[in-house]
Amino acid sequence: MTLRGISAIWQREMLTFSREKPRIVSAAINPIFWLLTFGAGLGSTVSIEGINYQQFIFAGIIVQTILFSSIFYGAYLVWDRRIDLLKAILVTPLSRSSIFFGKVLSGVTLALIQSAIILVFGLFMNINYTFFSLFLVILTIIVTATGLTALGLIIGSFMTSPEGFQLITTFVIFPLFFLSGALFPLNNLPAYLGMLTSINPVTYIVDMLRGLLIGLQYYGTIENLLVMTGFALIALFIGTQAFERMRS
Amino acid sequence: MAIVQAVNLTKKYNKLTAVDALNIEIDEGEVFGLLGPNGAGKTTIIKMFATLLEPTSGTAKVNGFDVVKHPAKVRESIGIVFQEPSSDELLTGYENIKLYAMMYGIPKTEIKKGISEALELVELTSRKDDLVRTYSGGMRRRLEIARSLIHKPKILFLDEPTLGLDPAGREKMWAYISRLVDELKMTVLLTTHYMEEADTLADRIGIIDQGKIVVIDTPNALKATLGGDLVTITASNIPLSELKKLKYVKKIKQENHKVILTIENVSKNLQPLLKFIGKIDSVEVRNTTLNDVFLKFTGKRIREEGKNTFFDKIIQESTSKA
Repeated sequence: MTLRGISAIWQREMLTFSREKPRIVSAAINPIFWLLTFGAGLGSTVSIEGINYQQFIFAGIIVQTILFSSIFYGAYLVWDRRIDLLKAILVTPLSRSSIFFGKVLSGVTLALIQSAIILVFGLFMNINYTFFSLFLVILTIIVTATGLTALGLIIGSFMTSPEGFQLITTFVIFPLFFLSGALFPLNNLPAYLGMLTSINPVTYIVDMLRGLLIGLQYYGTIENLLVMTGFALIALFIGTQAFERMRS
Repeated sequence: MAIVQAVNLTKKYNKLTAVDALNIEIDEGEVFGLLGPNGAGKTTIIKMFATLLEPTSGTAKVNGFDVVKHPAKVRESIGIVFQEPSSDELLTGYENIKLYAMMYGIPKTEIKKGISEALELVELTSRKDDLVRTYSGGMRRRLEIARSLIHKPKILFLDEPTLGLDPAGREKMWAYISRLVDELKMTVLLTTHYMEEADTLADRIGIIDQGKIVVIDTPNALKATLGGDLVTITASNIPLSELKKLKYVKKIKQENHKVILTIENVSKNLQPLLKFIGKIDSVEVRNTTLNDVFLKFTGKRIREEGKNTFFDKIIQESTSKA
């Protein structure tokens, strides 16, 4: 694994992003729609533990953005593999883990750019940031995007054709999002929902972010931290293995 | 010493044998052409040499390194241009090559010079800052050749280098390839299903059909195996029995007032032949091509399979006796 190799992959992705600005912007506009319609609409009658619903789902919407952007970015690998782009990289002496980490780094960068747009929007929703909370929020976003990009790359490395893309939304992103407490509080859930949310690592990430952003937290901070970093590390580990085994 | 070598190299997919016990040796500085129809196993062979595909059995060595045991060493030794375009459309030509230079670990100080040399060679310098999206098919292929040369590999693999190019683009591409063989003294393994391409570029040709090498030789030697070129003569009176006595007449086939002769060294022997026959109505000479060679060794045409022409039948008949 070489830094220069990772940097080459990262630069490639960044140059591509910079020429596909509409894609990044539209990915950041979607969540703002959510906040303005779903959040404000329900928020006009619903408040949770004295907190305005729009503010309540703010953390969840950030995570939703990262979920879509990172997982799809990773899974997009299948397209690189379909055309001969990836083959040309695989035939260089660059190690597969360099390619993998270069891709993860790119997915994280993309997630940070999109989250930044939403965080700025948060100012208009009376989210109070301190320098310290913002620092921790960004750190959380980095760890989250790392795990989720790696997950996307794992999926992309196993897929053989882009036709399965729709299935990712249905069977990966939606369950992770809707079963995470992004849109509802975790106390007083029916037993089955409580069980499903508690085994979803994204639940702990949303909880962590919500704690940092509006001070409302269900699990303990240590618990959240452990799940969050554990998820990222496991995804990185499986991802590097999957890349080694990936067929060109 | 062979710089590219395969010993009983085999690739099987379940029951299908894509490459069947391939044995070849390519010498340093040689241009070797693998000629065969689509699906003959050419790309599979290149992929195994390029470490992208593990052989089922047998061994392959490139620049002295075993492709399975030392893939990284093999990758450093080779450049490859794939059949399908593999450059980033949203990057410029320059950026494309620069990123690959980084992946090959070329020192920063040498990158700029290396890229401009490579771009110069394929005459893309003036377009280097344009997005690849705006390039024509031929320009993309040339860019990929430049990219594959950036780490100064000893061996270049070209998989169907002119596939999808128009005839003018194809000839231009041949000129570039010949030039880099001359200037850089590279060893080239190219696959193609264009007879003319193999004929123009390759020092030696391996005809491949259904995963097997049928014959390996120089283009001229391969053509010589057919015994000569075909001369069709129409005349009212053809002295058949006397024609048979001529040394350079290898084969005679008659149809009404038409006779088709297989003539050795036609450029030299045509005139005496015509003099010998005397008054004729028409004459037509058809030089043997690699197409005919392919037909002889595989029993089929490389492209329009099953649609054998009249000449094909004659070539087949002449070879079945040989």
